[in-house]
Amino acid sequence: MSAGIDLENVCCDFGSFRAVDNANVSIKPGEFFSFLGPSGCGKTTILRMISGFTEPTQGAIRIGGKDVRGLRPNQRPTALIFQNLALFPLMPIWENISFGLEVRGVDKATRRKKAEELLELVELPGAADKMVSQLSGGQKQRVAIARALAVEPAVMLLDEPLSALDLKLRQHMRAELRSIQKRTGVTFIYITHDQGEALAMSDRVGVMSQGRIQQIADPRDIYNNPVNGFVAGFVGENNVFTGSVRNPATGMAGYETKLGTFRARLGELASGENVKLYVRPEHTLLSETAAAENSVPVTISEVSFEGAFIAVHGVAENGQTLVAEIRNDGSATVPANGSQMFMQFDPARAAILPDAAVAKG
Amino acid sequence: MEDLFRRYGHTLTFAFMALVAFWLLALVILPNLTLFEASFRPYLPVTEIGGPKDTYSLDNYAKFLRNPSPWNVFGIELQAPLNVKTFLSTIFYSTIATFITFALSYPLAYYLAKVVQPKSLPTMILLLFIPLWVSEALRAFAWYIILTFNGPLNAVLVGIGLLEKPIRWQQGVLTGYDAVVIGLVYSYVLFMMFPIYGSIQSLDRNQIEASEDLGAKWWQTHWRVILPHAKPGIASGSVMVFMLSAGSLLVPSVLGSTNSNWFTQTIQQWMLESQDWNTGAAYSFLYILLCTVVVALAMWLFKVKLSDIAK
Ligand SMILES: Nc1ncnc2c1ncn2[C@@H]1O[C@H](COP(=O)(O)OP(=O)(O)OP(=O)(O)O)[C@@H](O)[C@H]1O
Ligand SMILES: [Mg+2]
Repeated sequence: MSAGIDLENVCCDFGSFRAVDNANVSIKPGEFFSFLGPSGCGKTTILRMISGFTEPTQGAIRIGGKDVRGLRPNQRPTALIFQNLALFPLMPIWENISFGLEVRGVDKATRRKKAEELLELVELPGAADKMVSQLSGGQKQRVAIARALAVEPAVMLLDEPLSALDLKLRQHMRAELRSIQKRTGVTFIYITHDQGEALAMSDRVGVMSQGRIQQIADPRDIYNNPVNGFVAGFVGENNVFTGSVRNPATGMAGYETKLGTFRARLGELASGENVKLYVRPEHTLLSETAAAENSVPVTISEVSFEGAFIAVHGVAENGQTLVAEIRNDGSATVPANGSQMFMQFDPARAAILPDAAVAKG
Repeated sequence: MEDLFRRYGHTLTFAFMALVAFWLLALVILPNLTLFEASFRPYLPVTEIGGPKDTYSLDNYAKFLRNPSPWNVFGIELQAPLNVKTFLSTIFYSTIATFITFALSYPLAYYLAKVVQPKSLPTMILLLFIPLWVSEALRAFAWYIILTFNGPLNAVLVGIGLLEKPIRWQQGVLTGYDAVVIGLVYSYVLFMMFPIYGSIQSLDRNQIEASEDLGAKWWQTHWRVILPHAKPGIASGSVMVFMLSAGSLLVPSVLGSTNSNWFTQTIQQWMLESQDWNTGAAYSFLYILLCTVVVALAMWLFKVKLSDIAK
């Protein structure tokens, strides 16, 4: 019963402001797809266009291959879970869940039975006759999921559904959502500004900035092979060097900075002036001795203990602070503040990337 | 209290409080107490007041049930005391006016609260208020003029050919109370509109969208989501319009037909025409009591709690 979704050159303008610019994405049936991006980048707008509350200014949206232009939300096979859940406070839980069936004219006994089945599925048995105000945040969450599942949607749209929960519950609900999605096989389109959430749950992630989809890839690729500086910066930490490209060859290039010339992978879209060199702290190694290439002498300025790893900050001779993360497994000695060390990185683990792609307006 | 002292000083604060106390005591409580007391005494010539006949009794209240007269209710011939007939008609047509007011207000309130652009909202609300700048009396007379035999309504309807000859609107087309109901609706519609507007406004737009997203048609969303949420507003609007209608003297006096009689008119006849304030007072208190019972019954019928109205 799940369906794929295609966005083809979809744009959405609010007056002269372009909230979504030329979005192209093909989401497969049964896929768990996340849109990830900072606040105001147009994520909710994309969901509202898919569910039918906003019409795209340009482009086409297809659900299960069928163009849905002009169809109202109540005519589309989608179910939206709102950022604030929007449960009906004046109805008991079971009526909330079976609301979609009620408006389709299903009789009361069948509705009640279905509601109880769904409460079972979201592990909330016995809550049928409670009121919304009697539930905790996580329980409301489950009710919202059950209410959306009740109409047997081909596509579930989730707008930051976990953002109101505390960390522990959020992690628990991530796993829960993922397993509900696996069990039901429904296509999930999930929106979040939390990169950990997107990377942990999704089959694929679309990273957005200022109305544009920057990159679509599986979580691993997003993290390991970001296409630009925005993606690299949004999904993780980086040591960033500014300079210019020297001797580009296939795949690799030199990169000249005030701290010397480094060798690194050359990103596909990297050309022109606006390119920088990005290295992740966990790929930055500490050593007492200089290496043959990609080695920066630093003075250790701060050592912060983060639990699973230790972040070592060092100041290079031009004043730039670099960070190396070492695992807290006793394999490396933790340097003392003020000691002279070298920070090094593997050319294959460093990338020369352009800045973000921006809307052309 | 402390706050008031600090802000306005002792003299001014005491002056305020004295004025409020005076207003409550001398202008609200005392006159009502006097009337209440008078309602239990017989209506006597001045010379006999305080005399042996001036004793407390329920005679004035008992008059309510006197004078049985024939009454034709939707084709059924009944015998009922005239006062009961007047009272029931008043309640009935006040209820009708309340329902019509609701039917007009709800769509308007929904439109203002959820459809109109916030930019044009102040203009709309201003437009709604303009009729209130004109006094209630003038508004009633305006309708009187509109509905007269040689008035504009007949002229237009005959002019465009909808009517063959003019109608005596004020005598009533459906009942003798048509014009009264029109006048009441027109006078009190905003007392319904604003409470409903307030309660719909407080409804999260996502609730409406969630309902539509789950497949509800527009009327299902209204019936299951918006109306239940607006219930407190509807309840307080209805109570207000009903009480104002039942208590209106002006509108039924101006727009009533020869067949219509509003209970307030009965009270007025006792007090002003017969100069019998004792009976008038008794009828007034009885009327307040009965109206309260009707409102309480309606609230029970529609499962409205008192706390809903206070919201
Ligand atoms: N109805 C509207 N009218 C005008 N501008 C709008 C409207 N809806 C959204 N916008 C603008 O479009 C941009 C994208 O909004 P959107 O709600 O899609 O962001 P988002 O990515 O969901 O952000 P958040 O994470 O804060 O929810 C924002 O700059 C917002 O101000
Ligand atoms: Mg949003």
